[in-house]
Amino acid sequence: MRVVLAEDLFLLRDGLVRMLEAYDFEIAAAVESGPELSRALAELKPDVAVVDVRLPPSHTDEGLQCVLAARRERPGLPVLVLSQHVEQLYARELLADGDGGIGYLLKDRVFDAGQFVDAVRRVAAGGTAMDPQVISQLLSRRARDKPIGGLTPREREVMELMAQGRSNAAIASQMVITERAVAKHTSNIFGKLGLPPSDDDNRRVLAVLAYLDRG
Amino acid sequence: MTKAIQSRVQGSLLATGRAFVLTFASIAGSVTLFVLSVLSLAFIPLGVGLLTTPWVTEQVRAHANRRRLLAVTWSDVRIPVPYRPLPGDTGEGLAGQVRRTVLLLRDPATWRDLQWLLVDMTAGAFVLVLVVGLTVYPAEALVLAAGLWRVYEDHRYWYAFVPVDSQTSALYALTLGAALFVAGLWANRPLLRLHFVLARSVLAPTHEQELARRIDRLTETRHEAVDTAASELRRIERDLHDGAQARLVAMGMSLGTIEALVEKDPAQAKKLLAMARQSSAEALTELRDLVRGIHPPVLAERGLGDAVKALALRLPVASEVSVELPGRAGAPVESAAYFAVSETLTNAVKHAGADRIWVDVHHADGMLRISVTDNGGGGAVVGAGSGLSGIERRLGTFDGVLAVSSPAGGPTMVTMEIPCALS
Repeated sequence: MRVVLAEDLFLLRDGLVRMLEAYDFEIAAAVESGPELSRALAELKPDVAVVDVRLPPSHTDEGLQCVLAARRERPGLPVLVLSQHVEQLYARELLADGDGGIGYLLKDRVFDAGQFVDAVRRVAAGGTAMDPQVISQLLSRRARDKPIGGLTPREREVMELMAQGRSNAAIASQMVITERAVAKHTSNIFGKLGLPPSDDDNRRVLAVLAYLDRG
Repeated sequence: MTKAIQSRVQGSLLATGRAFVLTFASIAGSVTLFVLSVLSLAFIPLGVGLLTTPWVTEQVRAHANRRRLLAVTWSDVRIPVPYRPLPGDTGEGLAGQVRRTVLLLRDPATWRDLQWLLVDMTAGAFVLVLVVGLTVYPAEALVLAAGLWRVYEDHRYWYAFVPVDSQTSALYALTLGAALFVAGLWANRPLLRLHFVLARSVLAPTHEQELARRIDRLTETRHEAVDTAASELRRIERDLHDGAQARLVAMGMSLGTIEALVEKDPAQAKKLLAMARQSSAEALTELRDLVRGIHPPVLAERGLGDAVKALALRLPVASEVSVELPGRAGAPVESAAYFAVSETLTNAVKHAGADRIWVDVHHADGMLRISVTDNGGGGAVVGAGSGLSGIERRLGTFDGVLAVSSPAGGPTMVTMEIPCALS
């Protein structure tokens, strides 16, 4: 799988290259600025891009703007955005086109290499990987409202994992329950939220996020 | 055309009405207050004046402030308030009264007020009478021409400079009256304005006063800015020292222990590694919060508009944000505005019990204006150690101001204005 990596801090870029290579990714390019990233995305057509939000030369949200522009050129281009902080505002912008293949994670998540690589693969496959921080912010914001408040603690847990983009199997292993139990929880959740059930991981996350985001 | 005339007549009549009201309500007040002031000052050597002067001065100031208000609402003439702030606690009893009197007498504005009372009851009154006259006097010409001239057939009646003793001369008078009325149509409003401009020329602070006030204010806000910056630095130092720094030290220690244990007791080493990783994650979280407290990342990346939007997204209350900023303000201004909004929103969520909040951010006439409105219980006040006075101080450094409208029962509207240019 070919990856384009954009990160301006040498140490982090180097670390990410090593880690991804260790997990059998092919690094097509590892760049350190916005213009370089745009060029690499256009020319190399990678399977997935792993990008820092803040990039030179502007040191603002250049990385984010680059991938948003690249996705307008090539809809559905899988992009995993990393940031020192996660902001709902950015999560919304990334999810706005509804094409999937989007990840938005705190940089700390690279601490757990296994989970991080899993997120990269999920995004590359067209799924989503939302940082738990974004999800919990969204959930706490909506906690007062009826439908979410009506979930049992167990269902809430499932919901959080589901919203991050995990598959039923992943949720089952994380919560140490059977996949059947997860499936039961998810259908209950969809029932309580009034969402039509769907097998598509990506669509169900988008639906959940869209629902959470409303209002 | 007829519309234009109609509005001119209406405007002129309105100005006349206002002048009429002012002539009676205010000029009488000016005369009374001037006499009282002079008497009160004269009695100071006897001691009685010490008791009455603060009261009289207060009345004079209220009187002047009423005129300031009318000047703005009726003729759009802004007269700044030059009074020096009295210290809140001048002491009880006679000693306090004396101190208050001395403070008031030292304020040049007190003497300028007296001057104004004099001008107001002479020149000011004259202008007002002129306005009323230009509308009322023509009426007399009309009555004369309509037949009242007959009464004066035997002895002359002077309508202005026209001797009236026949229908013809009465018609001359009517012509003059009409001319006066027409003149009034054009002159009444400017004349009323002139009255307020006259008041402004005496009441508004002089250039020196203005400068002195500005220096006072700058000194005050500089002290506050320095204090705030110093305490902020102390807080950051403490947070780093007790938080991230301590965690990194602990991590280093764990790693040292792991080094020693890795062969002897791999299971224990693994446990310690997990703990070290946990520590580093916590250190990161703390650093992140610290950075957010110093300069929020979204603010740095996107500017005030999006930072406020991001702020609103994190609120537990439904909120609407409208932003109209054609550029970015200077970083210090953005930061001050951001934290002011942040604190206002926190207040609204914590104290107002609101379930809806509206934030409006826009820039016009070199002024950044932000209003935060909630539909909560109201009753918020500036001062008395409330969070709002903290915001006021924060904005003060940039010559910004804060206005709060919060009647008991709500809603609360907090408005902030900071003069600044966008780039």
